[in-house]
Amino acid sequence: MLRIANGRVHDPTNTLSGTVQDIVMDKGAIISTDGIPQGQLDEMETIDATDCVVMAGGVDIHSHIAGAKVNTGRIMCPEEHYSHVSSRTKITRAGCGRCVPTTYRTGYLYSKLGYTTVFEAAVPPLEARHTHEELQDLPMLDKGCYTVMGNNHLVMQVLSDTDPVRRKERLRNLVSWLLKASRGYGIKVVNPGGVEDWKWNVGAADLDTPTPPFGVTPRQILGGLAEAVDDLKLPHSMHLHCNHLGEAGNVATTLETMRTLEGHRAHFTHLQFHSYGKTPKGGFTSGTVEITDYLNKHPEFTFDVGQIVFGSTLTMTSDAPMEFHLHQMTKGKWASGDIEMESGSGIVPITYKPKMLVNAIQWAVGLELLLLTKNPWQVVLTTDHPNAGPFTAYPQIIKLLMDKDYRQSWVEKLHPKIRQFTCLFELDREYTLDEIAIITRSGPARTLGLDRKGHIGVGAEADVTIYRTNTDKSTMFSTPAYVIKHGEVVVRDGEIVKSVTGKSLGVSPEQGERLDDELTDTFDAYYTVKMANYMVEDEYLDTPEVVPCG
Amino acid sequence: MTVHKNVVCTFCGCLCDDIEVEVEDNTIKSVKKACAIGKNKIMHAITEPPTPSVNGTKTSIDAAVTEAARILSKARNPLIYGLSSTTSEAQRELVEIAEITRGNLDNCSSYCHGPGVLARQQTGLVSCSLGEIKNRADLVIYWGCNPVESHMRHLSRYSLQPKGLYTPEGRKGRKVIAIDIRPTPTTKRADVFLQVSPGHTFEIASALRALIQGEPLEFPEGQDTVGDVPIDSWRKVADMIKGCKYGVLHFGLGVTQCRNSDINVEQVARLVQDANRHTRFYGVAMRGHGNVNGANQVMTWLTGYPLCVNFSKGYPRHNPGEYSTLPMLARKDIDAALIVATDPGAHLPKDAVDFLKTIPTIHLDPHRNLTTPWSSVVIPVAPVGVAATGTFYRMDNVPLRLKKLVDSPFPSDEEVLKTMKEKIVYAANS
Ligand code: SF4
Repeated sequence: MLRIANGRVHDPTNTLSGTVQDIVMDKGAIISTDGIPQGQLDEMETIDATDCVVMAGGVDIHSHIAGAKVNTGRIMCPEEHYSHVSSRTKITRAGCGRCVPTTYRTGYLYSKLGYTTVFEAAVPPLEARHTHEELQDLPMLDKGCYTVMGNNHLVMQVLSDTDPVRRKERLRNLVSWLLKASRGYGIKVVNPGGVEDWKWNVGAADLDTPTPPFGVTPRQILGGLAEAVDDLKLPHSMHLHCNHLGEAGNVATTLETMRTLEGHRAHFTHLQFHSYGKTPKGGFTSGTVEITDYLNKHPEFTFDVGQIVFGSTLTMTSDAPMEFHLHQMTKGKWASGDIEMESGSGIVPITYKPKMLVNAIQWAVGLELLLLTKNPWQVVLTTDHPNAGPFTAYPQIIKLLMDKDYRQSWVEKLHPKIRQFTCLFELDREYTLDEIAIITRSGPARTLGLDRKGHIGVGAEADVTIYRTNTDKSTMFSTPAYVIKHGEVVVRDGEIVKSVTGKSLGVSPEQGERLDDELTDTFDAYYTVKMANYMVEDEYLDTPEVVPCG
Repeated sequence: MTVHKNVVCTFCGCLCDDIEVEVEDNTIKSVKKACAIGKNKIMHAITEPPTPSVNGTKTSIDAAVTEAARILSKARNPLIYGLSSTTSEAQRELVEIAEITRGNLDNCSSYCHGPGVLARQQTGLVSCSLGEIKNRADLVIYWGCNPVESHMRHLSRYSLQPKGLYTPEGRKGRKVIAIDIRPTPTTKRADVFLQVSPGHTFEIASALRALIQGEPLEFPEGQDTVGDVPIDSWRKVADMIKGCKYGVLHFGLGVTQCRNSDINVEQVARLVQDANRHTRFYGVAMRGHGNVNGANQVMTWLTGYPLCVNFSKGYPRHNPGEYSTLPMLARKDIDAALIVATDPGAHLPKDAVDFLKTIPTIHLDPHRNLTTPWSSVVIPVAPVGVAATGTFYRMDNVPLRLKKLVDSPFPSDEEVLKTMKEKIVYAANS
């Protein structure tokens, strides 16, 4: 048993807003203090959290931390590892890297920030085994991953079935099967149709562009998969990376996508990259007012922001055509990987500069999304690590949200025309600690359907972070006094004091035990691995936990 | 009799996963579908194991592992080397042993496809999974590789004959170019064979890049050749690249081991990138050993670098010139070696082997080979993919799980290394 005494608890799920109260945990779960005699409480191992803020452990809904493209990113950027190293200690493994750290280091860095749960954002089933191997070597965190399906041939083959009843049933079965095969937690859709279009060397996909050779449109892919998520009652909504990422004027596509998905559950990922208006000359402007007007009327949709962090980083996504275009702009390193029947990926290093107008607009767009969306439960703080910047910048972003004066001071550092294309510097809102708790743990946990995470009410998992209060919110959030994982102190004053292995979170929807005959024939004919060797085995999951559907 | 289906052959980077193996009384009776090499390897996987020994004296596995741990604990600058034919699980243990001993860690790619790996650090690589070649490729180039002899089923399973989703005609629907310094069984299968003189890879790739970018290449009278092949032939190649729908360039040791190796692969990788302005075009490294790619992957996710890593300061440092195996052995820098799943006695230059013979060398291998006689500690292990399970990465990064078909009297690499690691940690703490 462990007690956290006298902390100011910010637990929005349980409507605790700085309430001073004890938190007690036993066997990895938060328990009630009712009925425990004071004498016993006083004798318990106790952390004195007087004047400290107590929150649930952080939950990152979207981060690229493990798997084929992340590792290719590590290979491609040795220069960014050299000056960011960690030595082996009696407790921790060695590692290196800043924007694509090695696996152990990734776990430690997240843990030191007070995060206890992280989701890898994009896994093609054919390479899922690789992702899980890396996740096994990523300590300190509970973890899960999303299975990419938006350009999957089997999905498109089913969607081209003309019988609507059969189509729906087959798709549901296929989606379940793909989740089971890859040990995924949810459905990821990346530039639906667009990656397949790229492999045919045709232009970018709009929502109604038929994708060869099946002639299925992105709108059909989105509709079909969103319906499958609902029908299967998956804990997490469709996790969607829209078409036209990073293009001026893409706000039109993003809004049209949202309208298409009305009535379904959807989580729009790194929305910052999809919220750009266009000047008459084709330049970038902020499109956040339109987007947030819409979102404020549609509480069923959630999003994570993908906030830009100035400096160098590495972009990596299954959106292979987007990375190709980026490479053409940067003319620098570029890795790409097409994956048979499923998807693609691309990786390009980038440096975001405050004096570069487009980058400055992107930076402002992210913050505007955070500040203009009224309901914080719809918003999750992410940097789409490492695409818009490394996750280690979260405390810096929190400071920008909580401290208006600090935010205003940035106007001098940005391109002089920034005010012309954005409204950021007219916004006075400052996030409260409760709102920060929502966008970093309670909200993402709820969006992921994780009932026992993101809060510290009775029955919740004993993942707790204790921050020393500080007027500088960046300092406060970058070095928690304590991080508790599964009831054990794992970080004290910014140092890892215990290394633990987290759980692998997965789902097991009904159906999907096997593929139908037609899809089996396609699989056997066109994959280069046998179906029996495609399914990720139990050996690749440490401490698996199935999160129930429904 | 038990018939195991969908068995993964671990011998070459193709990792064919459709092999059928019949087992009776813990003995492999037959192997179907594998190529001649793969079949032979599986059939004889558990024959000729070495004897566990320390300094030539027969001993128990446990005693050998204890002695290995003692050697590594005492060493000031050990080398941990090989990794290419063992599982990613064993490789993960080896990384940790290197960390604990503050040693050097390197894999066989440091002298085969290493330059290609280094090129990725400079330029990246535009690549695709093998099924994309099967399903889409209408242009296939083999450059400095001879898969007909080295990756015998590559052509039939992945790159040349297979009828794919959008390549229903198989071989007939593909144009094939071979670039090599001599005719090989692979070049005979090509529509166009360009026999180049050795040492011109960079020049050829540069010329092709220029042609693809539309530069008018002009040559003085009578000197219009590149790599001793007329420029007009290269013009045709450039046109074929620009005109294909989905092209794939396979490059082998003929490219990676050409003089000034890494800049050659860089230039080839840039050529592949450039071609994407016109069409879809990909480069695939013809990785040799079954899991040499896995060694690069595992080392990267744990150390940040795919090869040539040193832990003497407690954190990983990478410097191919300094920490790759051959220069370290040439400088006589190391004082003990742990060699796993490779046979340096057969593969390394004589001087390097002569030096290894002078220091304590621990060798884990399922077979007696040219390293066995002179290793200080010999530890026989169960052959992976036949008597031990684990993960291998195909040449295109697709990981596959190996099957255990028969029992071996010996533990797996992973088990031996785990025990060894624990003993080293225990020694360090006591
Ligand atoms: S081609 Fe390679 S993997 Fe396939 S059977 Fe032959 S040796 Fe084994």
